[in-house]
Amino acid sequence: MPVRVRVPTPLRKFTQGADEVSAQGTNIKALVEDLEKNFPGIKERICDETGKIRRFVNVYVNGDDIRFLQNLETALKEGDSISIVPAIAGGR
Amino acid sequence: MAQATSSLRLVPYPSLEPKRVESVLDLIGETPLLEIRQLTEGLPAGVRVFAKLEGFNPGGSVKDRAALRMIQEGIRTGKLTPDKTILDSSSGNTGIALALIGCVLGFRVELVIPANVSRERKQIIDAYGAKVIHSDPLEGSDGAIRLCRKILEENPGRYFKPDQYFNPMNPQAHYETMGPEIYRQTRRKITHFVAGIGTGGTITGTGRYLKEMNPSIKIIAVEPDDALHGLEGLKHMASSIVPGVYHEDELDDKIPVATEDAYAMVYRLSQEEGVLVGQSSGAAMFATLKLARRLRSATLVTVFPDFGDKYLSTNLWVGWRDRMAVGNLKFSI
Repeated sequence: MPVRVRVPTPLRKFTQGADEVSAQGTNIKALVEDLEKNFPGIKERICDETGKIRRFVNVYVNGDDIRFLQNLETALKEGDSISIVPAIAGGR
Repeated sequence: MAQATSSLRLVPYPSLEPKRVESVLDLIGETPLLEIRQLTEGLPAGVRVFAKLEGFNPGGSVKDRAALRMIQEGIRTGKLTPDKTILDSSSGNTGIALALIGCVLGFRVELVIPANVSRERKQIIDAYGAKVIHSDPLEGSDGAIRLCRKILEENPGRYFKPDQYFNPMNPQAHYETMGPEIYRQTRRKITHFVAGIGTGGTITGTGRYLKEMNPSIKIIAVEPDDALHGLEGLKHMASSIVPGVYHEDELDDKIPVATEDAYAMVYRLSQEEGVLVGQSSGAAMFATLKLARRLRSATLVTVFPDFGDKYLSTNLWVGWRDRMAVGNLKFSI
């Protein structure tokens, strides 16, 4: 059940420069694990040591912030578009 | 927490008459220097820490200084004429400064801003009447830089682009104002200047002035510890478009700061010093205290680029009491 994941610039070093990758998972938690399997090191950037999404990272499913859905348990279906967006923009 | 009466001053400072000015632009610069007294507890008596409160600028940030200087130079050289629109990319504070200055001087202003900057910043720019163009949030501030370049290329005759990342007037503003103010406010005693890198303008310009006054003053930069960070306004240089005004060879040292440490310092600054600031100030304070702990006799000065009211809607403040409760606040530096 592939979904599309849009990758922000600071994480593209893990995806060999790709701004969008395909990944699998029935929910966000599984999706992050799948990303980690294919792009080792990426999970640590997205999640803190307890496995929660870092505060300065926002994850959107079809444009909706998962914090306002079911967070890591937010269910995914085929064709969903996921965006990982740094909560802020560096540089003034 | 400070003891209830420990910092109560019964005798007021002999104060000067508050400034009377002709324009809001006359209020840019000459910001107060605050001594940090609570967070420095435990440091040797000979180590003093000060912060320049740049939130007192009329646009609410340090960026007023550079923006004003760049606009003045544009007018002086004839590059900025009344028919031109001021265009630049910004993740917020420079945008606010340009919008404010443009409205006072009668110029139209258009700003390219990553869609993920804090809502308050966009609202403030809008309130000054400037036009906001959103760039892809996934591309961060570099995406805004690129989109801004494209807009300019399509219509070069229409715009004046201050170009804060490459305009020498950006560091020059700090060379002419921030540096002398700090030198004077510390009565020439400053030994270390610590500041975050956004464009590099503050650290480069201020650093140059201070080194000229006293070459033994150390200039230390603060930067996010990783490309993916939550320190709005700061740049992780190794993974960014390096600004032309930034000269790493003029620095004595760089201190990386983790987002979580900077956030915790923001909470401590509001709770213990009564100063509500933004994330970049938290990073600056963290790095300054880290450095201060290694010194026995020093006068350290850092810059708090803005106050914190622009960030109340951001993730910085989401669930902060819970994080305090689990003890994250009392980290060791």
